[in-house]
Amino acid sequence: MAVLLLGEVTNGALNRDATGKAVAALKGLGDVTVLCAGASAQAAGEAAATIEGVARVLVAEDPLYGHRLAEPAAALLVGLAGDYDHIAAPATTDAKNIMPRVAALLDVMVIPDVSAVIDASTFERPIYAGNAIQTVKSSDAKKVMTIRVASFDAAGEGGPAPVEAIAAGDNPGLSAWLNDEVAQSDRPELTSAGRVVSGGRGVGSKEQFAIIEALADKLGAAVGASRAAVDSGYAPNDWQVGQTGKVVAPELYVAIGISGAIQHLAGMKDSKVIVAINKDEEAPIFQIADYGLVGDLFTTVPELTEKL
Amino acid sequence: MKVLVPVKRVIDYNVKARVKADGSGVDLANVKMSMNPFDEIAVEEAIRLKEKGAASEVVAVSIGVKQAAETLRTALAMGADRAILVVAADDLHTDIEPLAVAKILKAVVEAEQPGLVIAGKQAIDNDMNATGQMLAALLGWSQAAFASKLEIDGDAARVTREVDGGLQTIEVKLPAIVTADLRLNEPRYASLPNIMKAKKKPLDEKTAADYGVDVTPRLEIMSTREPEGRSAGIKVGSVDELVGKLKEAGVI
Ligand SMILES: Cc1cc2nc3c(=O)[nH]c(=O)nc-3n(C[C@H](O)[C@H](O)[C@H](O)COP(=O)(O)OP(=O)(O)OC[C@H]3O[C@@H](n4cnc5c(N)ncnc54)[C@H](O)[C@@H]3O)c2cc1C
Ligand SMILES: Nc1ncnc2c1ncn2[C@@H]1O[C@H](COP(=O)(O)O)[C@@H](O)[C@H]1O
Repeated sequence: MAVLLLGEVTNGALNRDATGKAVAALKGLGDVTVLCAGASAQAAGEAAATIEGVARVLVAEDPLYGHRLAEPAAALLVGLAGDYDHIAAPATTDAKNIMPRVAALLDVMVIPDVSAVIDASTFERPIYAGNAIQTVKSSDAKKVMTIRVASFDAAGEGGPAPVEAIAAGDNPGLSAWLNDEVAQSDRPELTSAGRVVSGGRGVGSKEQFAIIEALADKLGAAVGASRAAVDSGYAPNDWQVGQTGKVVAPELYVAIGISGAIQHLAGMKDSKVIVAINKDEEAPIFQIADYGLVGDLFTTVPELTEKL
Repeated sequence: MKVLVPVKRVIDYNVKARVKADGSGVDLANVKMSMNPFDEIAVEEAIRLKEKGAASEVVAVSIGVKQAAETLRTALAMGADRAILVVAADDLHTDIEPLAVAKILKAVVEAEQPGLVIAGKQAIDNDMNATGQMLAALLGWSQAAFASKLEIDGDAARVTREVDGGLQTIEVKLPAIVTADLRLNEPRYASLPNIMKAKKKPLDEKTAADYGVDVTPRLEIMSTREPEGRSAGIKVGSVDELVGKLKEAGVI
């Protein structure tokens, strides 16, 4: 059995954490070949070659792949699909955009958000905002899937595996990149951070979100947010944790001014230790928190930041 | 330009799903069902395009059990012009997979010739996040998934997308598939007069067989179980106690 894994490459850099966890999830199925595609992707390919469990790396360097557009990326994967039984990617927004397109072009079902690999055709995945876990068995000749990386351990160092350049695929010419709005931050990346501090509607404003950020910085944590905080403009969209945002499973998750709707819990309830700070002692978040502090966030959070 | 909006009938987002005791799935008997929240956003966007003069007609499509007609009536009450129900299952526990849904939608698109399809990003029951992208593949169309802003400009659409790193803006050639993310708009509520009017709007009924699509699932559901539960911990009385507990737990 051979596995083709689309590495997560952004602006020439490999997302080592997400790609490595996906390798860890898949290496039991056979030799894992990682594909790194980008306007520049050689460095990413070399980084992928050092992930334990990677047998081979393919590098497709072409401006066509610079902005991770779905149509050319899917065409490239479909062109390579013949040699592989499993075609996978970490479940990032890029992969969620690309992989269903790949699956449909191959006339197979996509298996999104795999949280456990049972055997070569049987997988677990969460449904209904994580309120149920389904075991599915694919009858398709090829399995196209995305991996819920928060469910897997990081991969170690290995290799280096051989790195080979490949030619670009077709350009479907259907879409064009115009612009990225990416906030630069020195904080750890949300989905790979060991600690996450999230704020909700209770924080009240964008300015007051600084209270959340100060605690995060004291802890060396990433910052997250509830949907309500993002919708209200207190936090950018890429901070949203939940069913339809990012899924995190850090050592420590601190939920501040967040009520604990099922859609939010879906993105964080596998965290190791959960702390909730909320002024409403009936807030559902307390039902899953290891340590709950009932109180006003505007006094308790600065006090906590100071005492750490 | 005609706009097609696929809408799915799903468990209401306020209802907590319960796994059936025999592990055969999630219990949907006597559970409140509603339009998938992302599809409300998609319908709203299509109606706004019509109000702005960028769209001429909004057609809602749903695939599933007969009861999905109610979901289509909601879309009509919001302002869609007509609806197509494709009956593809008898049992309300049968979920049609995105690949089969996309194949039926492809046939509907070929019959209706819309210039744009706006789907939801994700159905909140199966959490697949796949149908729009699959439909784009089958049609050979461009796709703009997870849209938070949509502008039509001649024969192209400019779409801002919510991605892991922030926002990305792309331009796609029309016809295209767009999938709606949470912040594309805030959907309206249907007014009572519009709910009454919706009862008279046309709703065509078809079957999957009419389109020659086999809806046999590719993914066999072996079992469905509850996730490992998490029990409530303790309440601490002060910030000092919290700091102490976190030190004991070794997380700080
Ligand atoms: C289709 C769909 C998808 C969704 N996806 C997501 C998702 O991915 N992620 C997500 O988070 N949500 C998601 N939601 C939204 C979810 O249902 C909730 O509406 C949302 O999580 C609520 O956010 P919140 O807890 O910040 O706000 P609220 O529920 O309003 O809670 C605010 C909390 O702050 C507390 N508070 C207020 N003031 C203070 C204070 N001074 N000190 C301490 N505590 C205070 C209150 O007691 C309350 O518990 C989704 C919803 C839908 C329909
Ligand atoms: N049975 C269905 N009927 C109509 N539209 C559907 C159906 N299933 C999925 N869709 C559309 O595809 C989107 C994504 O669904 P999914 O890929 O299942 O997460 C939904 O938000 C709908 O717009």
